[in-house]
Amino acid sequence: MCLAIPGKIISKEEKDNILMAKVSFGGAIREVCMDLVPEANIGNYVIVHVGYALNIIDEDEAEKTLEIFDELLSYS
Amino acid sequence: MKYLDEYRDSATIKAISDKIFGIAAKDWKIMEVCGGQTHTILKYSLEELLPQKITLIHGPGCPVCVTPVEMLDKAVYLSGLKDVILVSYGDMLRVPGTFTDLLSCKANGSDIRMLYSPLQAIKIAKENKNKKVIFFGVGFETTAPANALSIIMAKKENLKNFYMLCSHVTIPSAIELLLSNKSTAIQGLLLPGHVCTVMGYEEYYPLLEKYKVPAVVTGFEPGDILSGIYLLIKQLEEGTCKIENQYKRTVHKDGNRHAKAIIDEIYVRGDQIWRGIGNINNSGLKINEKYSEFDAEIAFGLGEININEKIGLKYNNKILDESTLCIAGEVLQGISKPIDCPAFASCCTPEYPLGAPMVSSEGACAAYYMYVKKKYC
Amino acid sequence: MADIMAFDNFECPLPLRNNEQILLAHGSGGTYSGQLINEIFLKHFDNSILNELHDGAVFEIGGLKLAFTTDSYVVDPVFFPDSNIGELAVNGTINDLSCCGAKPLYLSAGFILEEGFPIDSLKKIVISMKNAAARAGVSIITGDTKVVDKGKADKIYINTSGVGIVYDGINILPKNCREGDVIILNGNIASHGIAIMSSREGFEFESQIISDTAPLNGLVEKICNISKKIHVLRDPTRGGIASSLNEIALSSGLGMFIEEEKILIDEQVNGICEILGFDPLYVANEGKLLVIASSDDAERILAVMKNHEFGKDSAIIGKVTKENAGKVIMKTRIGTNRVVDMLSGEQLPRIC
Repeated sequence: MCLAIPGKIISKEEKDNILMAKVSFGGAIREVCMDLVPEANIGNYVIVHVGYALNIIDEDEAEKTLEIFDELLSYS
Repeated sequence: MKYLDEYRDSATIKAISDKIFGIAAKDWKIMEVCGGQTHTILKYSLEELLPQKITLIHGPGCPVCVTPVEMLDKAVYLSGLKDVILVSYGDMLRVPGTFTDLLSCKANGSDIRMLYSPLQAIKIAKENKNKKVIFFGVGFETTAPANALSIIMAKKENLKNFYMLCSHVTIPSAIELLLSNKSTAIQGLLLPGHVCTVMGYEEYYPLLEKYKVPAVVTGFEPGDILSGIYLLIKQLEEGTCKIENQYKRTVHKDGNRHAKAIIDEIYVRGDQIWRGIGNINNSGLKINEKYSEFDAEIAFGLGEININEKIGLKYNNKILDESTLCIAGEVLQGISKPIDCPAFASCCTPEYPLGAPMVSSEGACAAYYMYVKKKYC
Repeated sequence: MADIMAFDNFECPLPLRNNEQILLAHGSGGTYSGQLINEIFLKHFDNSILNELHDGAVFEIGGLKLAFTTDSYVVDPVFFPDSNIGELAVNGTINDLSCCGAKPLYLSAGFILEEGFPIDSLKKIVISMKNAAARAGVSIITGDTKVVDKGKADKIYINTSGVGIVYDGINILPKNCREGDVIILNGNIASHGIAIMSSREGFEFESQIISDTAPLNGLVEKICNISKKIHVLRDPTRGGIASSLNEIALSSGLGMFIEEEKILIDEQVNGICEILGFDPLYVANEGKLLVIASSDDAERILAVMKNHEFGKDSAIIGKVTKENAGKVIMKTRIGTNRVVDMLSGEQLPRIC
């Protein structure tokens, strides 16, 4: 039920009382509402669904997942 | 794209597949709950990378498919009213109600607009102050906070012409129904990663306790799904029963507290009809009466009118019967697969759908039609 | 569903779904479009030239093999990144003629204008058309203009028809495909559809996504000069490369096998497709060319294409197979095989 894609915050501003950010998805920039993740900063990656950021992507955890993948590769 | 491409790497995926083959000793039936996960499984033919011992059962995670017919009928009725702009997510437009669908209403002159985000609904309301803008708000817990924020924004902006026709469904009770159904015999669950991004996964512990079914919170890329399956099969083979989190880069155990607070503020929980399944207790969200001024059902008095009578006249009372051939309910509950349906790809196609899972591109039947049908014929 | 077989006083065959009206899906290049063509137009216009269902009609007059085609352009917005409806109309018809294996010579241009449409905009569009025609070496030799009341058309619609002479020794026909033929594509996909959508929806980009509209006649001429074993040329427009390959698979009675990793897509275009849940295989192009030719000539054709302005990123993306007749199969980037079927209508953005 949920198409949500990771993107990088490149700027933030408050617009009409709504916390908005410009988020880059591989270079394609969309305006995203940050009201659900107000603590996110420029440079963070966020997971975005229907134009709203749902959470900050934990880059350490993402690294760990990829390390697990690498381990699997080295055993195969 | 970062945080996507890494999880689509062919060497990595082959390695995980090999590990699954290595540990799967017995037959197992596991369910991926979310329609987005089903989509990935079919689009990337992930079943080619799994041993035959593992059966994937597709869950009811297609919010468009399970939106009750009555809500579609209400949307159709509202879209036909004077000075109304109905705004909706794209896939809802094709789903048939009792008499017709929103796309046909649009062809007939109703002002129906597709949106990608609730932000657009607010924009349209601001730009059309002389019209009543009704946002057909559907979705699971993932979409609920974004939809709810549109009401908060409307209140902040003092918009008097914005309404939501609300039809949200929530996952845990639906999973309980499926687990209690002996005919599905689900032994493990891949929990929906983006629902859990919002809600966390603590609410699934009681289910685990009661039904002794292990679960893994799983993402949506092929690498995520295969890792999720690997972790689940490992638990099943070892006889453990816990919730693991494969999607740690996005999901925390307690979810997103801002999002949960907004859901609690705007909505109330209650029973909900799931199209094709029936009523599931405590599985829906409706607008809190504190915000009733934005509730389309109240603002337009939908409780007091016989919708079908009103719109039936316009369509000569020609009802689009929920076909007796259609097994949408069984597909949504994972009891049958779309290819088990005698109507699949014969008299039921995306052009001539008999049920909602064939209409919505998120639905299992449509996904099978697109990615699997031609494998069999 | 209402009984779709029950109807009175009909002249047409099976009603399309149970609608009595044209839907937007009928124009999207998918199965609804196909049904409309088969059940209304082909049924009534029925003749051997039409029934080949090519991009254009190929026929002989006095020993000369000619190609003739027509296309209408209704794109909104009328002006979009780096181009406009006029340039599209000229390039589109040039490309349809080229895909018949013909050298495009002359075009007609018919305009339907909405009352109130700025003359300045019309001027800009017409100048673009002049430039596009000159660039491709064709002439616009006849035309027509109609004006309708405000609200009866959306700003401007353009129809272009064209005629050209088929190159010697070239016989473009899907039925000529053979097992083992290569499938070549001249560059990255989905740019046009995403450029249009981005213009409509106000998406921004780090660097502008522009439509790939281009005249392909020069490229086709070069290919036809060095190979007489070209079996299919197709410019995949609405419905994307997926729809075109499916049509070719059905017409040829053979299978089309393609590899996802060989198909190029601009990263930003891909980003938009990911956000909306669009499969880029189905997104429109305007300057792409599919070449299906004997593997004997594959390398030579590829070298010539890569040397051309509109073919620098050309690559062999797949081959024609005997297996999976009538189907398009794609090896995904993760190594599994997936069916790429026709879509019934427009792709709609997914939330799930």
